[in-house]
Amino acid sequence: MKIQILGPGCPNCEKLAELTTTAATELGLSFELEKITDLNAIISFGVFSTPALAVDGVVKFVGNVPSVEELKSYLKS
Amino acid sequence: MSLQKEWKPALWILAGFLACFFLPVGMARFDNAVLEAFHLVKWYAREHVLLCLIPAFFIAGAISVFISRGAVMKYLGPGAGKIAAYTVASASGTILAVCSCTVLPLFAGIYRMGAGLGPASAFLYSGPAINVLAIILTGRILGTEMGIARAIGAILFSVIIGLLMEFIFRNEIKEKSAVEMVMPTEEGERSTWQNISYFAALVGILVFANWGKPAESQGVWAAIYGAKWFVTSTFGLILAAQLVFWFKVDWWKMVAIALPTAILAVLYPNQPLFAFSAGVVGLSIVTATANDQTTRWFDSSWGFAKQIIPLLFFGVLIAGALLGRVGHEGLMPSQWVAQAVGGNSPMANFLASFVGVFMYFATLTEVPILQGLIGNGMGKGPALALLLAGPALSLPNMLVIRSVLGTKKTLTFVALVVVMSTMSGMIFGHFFG
Repeated sequence: MKIQILGPGCPNCEKLAELTTTAATELGLSFELEKITDLNAIISFGVFSTPALAVDGVVKFVGNVPSVEELKSYLKS
Repeated sequence: MSLQKEWKPALWILAGFLACFFLPVGMARFDNAVLEAFHLVKWYAREHVLLCLIPAFFIAGAISVFISRGAVMKYLGPGAGKIAAYTVASASGTILAVCSCTVLPLFAGIYRMGAGLGPASAFLYSGPAINVLAIILTGRILGTEMGIARAIGAILFSVIIGLLMEFIFRNEIKEKSAVEMVMPTEEGERSTWQNISYFAALVGILVFANWGKPAESQGVWAAIYGAKWFVTSTFGLILAAQLVFWFKVDWWKMVAIALPTAILAVLYPNQPLFAFSAGVVGLSIVTATANDQTTRWFDSSWGFAKQIIPLLFFGVLIAGALLGRVGHEGLMPSQWVAQAVGGNSPMANFLASFVGVFMYFATLTEVPILQGLIGNGMGKGPALALLLAGPALSLPNMLVIRSVLGTKKTLTFVALVVVMSTMSGMIFGHFFG
């Protein structure tokens, strides 16, 4: 699966990327993490509030950094 | 050693060596500047960190966690009415733009998916200048009238800039993206009035803990000053009750904080910082551990603190070294400052706006720098001009804005920001300078 972290590179985006990697690794998923920092690309997802997370092009949440447990449930669904 | 691999560290060492070799220690001006830097840092640490910055971080954290961005974005969506869109865009920076990294995505979102170029420009101009942290610190350090002028100036002029942008580019076909906005998930755990009274308690603590001593010893202000710790404690107790009833914090934990705080307040009535620190430490421990909601509040506040405190520390140190404390001189001679941006001439205001537009100010560092400049003879008008133009734009974020708006619109926006900031500086300087 393809996990995309949307955010212009602020500390929260870095944190989200880190937590997501942890969550996905703990779930034993085979994944590819992509950081999208270009604003136009972020907007093309319909996201205006960062950081946000998309799995296979579908936005899961915007505007906050959830806990690892919450991230796992996003990644599983 | 292979030169190809090692030239970089070698260059750094050489540069370090030359810097040490020619270190101007012993020159009166340099030695004095170093002292000034440390004096200023100490003054900030004593006067501003505990009572002002820490409550401000808690407020900023609460805003970013508990205020729904979705609700605000409703008014900035594609179908929003013009008046509502402009009003909300110009004022919503207070609660939306707590961190500079949230401003640009919101701006791009409003432009592409929402209300369009005008409101987006208005938001971009006012947002960074009127976020809560910026207003609190500006009011506290540069004076209340400067804080209010900054907020009002930013809001008023952002509407004008937005309208002008929309007017200038009225014939362009809007290239809207077809995607829908993805709204953040809502949390409906508290009603609006509960949220309002919770923020009121936080703001009450901040305002009354920082209530300054008035010049005269009689009257309303003096009475409030005399009762400030009583009022602050009352707000503290209200907050404690809200945490127990609305945020489901265990009541015995709350008592465990309130009791030592109260004891310290009774034992050391002349050292309010003791009780205040106990309260802050207690609040941090409880919110960090109680439940998911309060943990997110604490994490977010802590995130702001972690991000902003180092920047502010170095900002204050550099401002102290270059400009010195108020009434003292740093590395830079006062007359340079007074010559360039003293008084309230159009040229001084223009120069301040122009420099502000290109220079990058890390979050909040514009405040100590401005304080130093004013202490060295910068006029009140040019100071406001710099405060308005500075955080809104910098060379790096101009490049990002250009990727969203294109070169022509970006240049127009920059020019409008310079002109508007110059004008508001002149108006403010005329009345208050």
